[in-house]
Amino acid sequence: MALVKSIGASIAGNLEKIREINRRYSRPRISMSTAVRISLLTLRIYLFVLVGLLVYKFITILTQ
Amino acid sequence: MEGDHAVPGPFRARLGRDDRHDAGGITTYAATGAKYGYNLIWFLIILVPVAYYVQEMTVRLGAVTKRGHAEAIFDAFGSFWGWFSLVDLMILDWLTLVTEFIGMTAAMRIFGVPDWLTVLAVCLLMGLIVVNGRYWTWEKIALAFCFLNLIYIPAAFMVRPSVTQIIRDGLVPNFPGGFNGEMFFFLMANIGTTIAPWMLFFQQSSVVDKGMTEKDIPWGRADTWLGAWVTIIVAIFIVLLTGTVLIGVEINDAAQASAAIWEKDKYVGAMMAIGLFDAGFLGAICISLASSWAFGEIFGWAHSLNTKIKEAPWFYANYFFTLVTAGLVVLIPGAPLVLITLFVQVVAVTLLPAALVFLILLLNDKPTMGEYCNSLGQNVIGGAIVITIIFLSTCYGLSALFPSLFQ
Repeated sequence: MALVKSIGASIAGNLEKIREINRRYSRPRISMSTAVRISLLTLRIYLFVLVGLLVYKFITILTQ
Repeated sequence: MEGDHAVPGPFRARLGRDDRHDAGGITTYAATGAKYGYNLIWFLIILVPVAYYVQEMTVRLGAVTKRGHAEAIFDAFGSFWGWFSLVDLMILDWLTLVTEFIGMTAAMRIFGVPDWLTVLAVCLLMGLIVVNGRYWTWEKIALAFCFLNLIYIPAAFMVRPSVTQIIRDGLVPNFPGGFNGEMFFFLMANIGTTIAPWMLFFQQSSVVDKGMTEKDIPWGRADTWLGAWVTIIVAIFIVLLTGTVLIGVEINDAAQASAAIWEKDKYVGAMMAIGLFDAGFLGAICISLASSWAFGEIFGWAHSLNTKIKEAPWFYANYFFTLVTAGLVVLIPGAPLVLITLFVQVVAVTLLPAALVFLILLLNDKPTMGEYCNSLGQNVIGGAIVITIIFLSTCYGLSALFPSLFQ
């Protein structure tokens, strides 16, 4: 029982830690120049397309 | 950490460059040799500067910021990109670790060692290596395993490759059979295995853990050059080995290559298998640490190999959890190991471009990098390499999803 409590407390502590990390890094520190903005936007589009392809492939495998 | 400052410069930056051969890498080079003989050696030589420029940037970034790659991404780009990189890294590392265990168990099976014993021995050995509480001790042990990677050099000499043929076929750029889809796939695979995303995270974190500073950067650069050459030289000798003995044989994994060579020469086959096990072991050491370091950086846990288990419980718990679960997957009867191997390539494609783009952007962050900021020349070379790697690795990942794409 003590072990379960200890694990529970540990998980709760880490969840709080995640919230703290989100607060600490809520804003990017790097200055958002045009090059940075374009790079991040391109990266988002790239990942969006890639995830789309992954989902498409997954559905294709399921429906075959 | 303090004690490591007493370590002489040339040795402080060593690991991370010499450890690039993992089980997947050995398979790629073995298959390249068996398929194209010596004809793609020139391409491997081109990969030396490619590997150097990418890794030099991680050394510089780590030495200046004293932060691992994951923490640097969180700090500079915010929590969205931070979590994306961290979770992606965790998934990729775990999957790659499974492939390292696949390589190690397959290699030891050649010697009649059962899979469970290999997994158990590897976990115990890797546990013993990290719990000594000293980064430098860990690095020395890991370097000894790196040294074992050189086993491919005498193995290649033993099969007596033709020097004239090596010079004629290997050192002159050529594409045997023309530049077709299959050739493109092999070129992509060779790049993909030379620059993997987990390496960037591992290397930057190791630079931080060993306490490198700005004054160590010149040593780090020299060391990176040396490591890049050693890596490619070993790759070339693997190509020479399979290009001499297994030319024309279709190789699907390095264990199969070891078994095929064993049929022709027991000793050389055994050396190939030992090299494969060693590569898997080195890969496993580095990959499991890459995740643990990254999580420690972000969660603020003690995350140095210079700490004892009691001082850094989460760091070591993460390390052992990743290691043991990956090892257990290989022991599950009927586990989809082929699918996992395939999935590694796809997940890598989601992380590598992001990690490389962040690397270039961070090295252009003048307030942080100061005089160590990328110059125009470095940006041109680094940028061209990064764009090429992203393009080729994306094609490689897509070819894993859609095998007929480049045929």
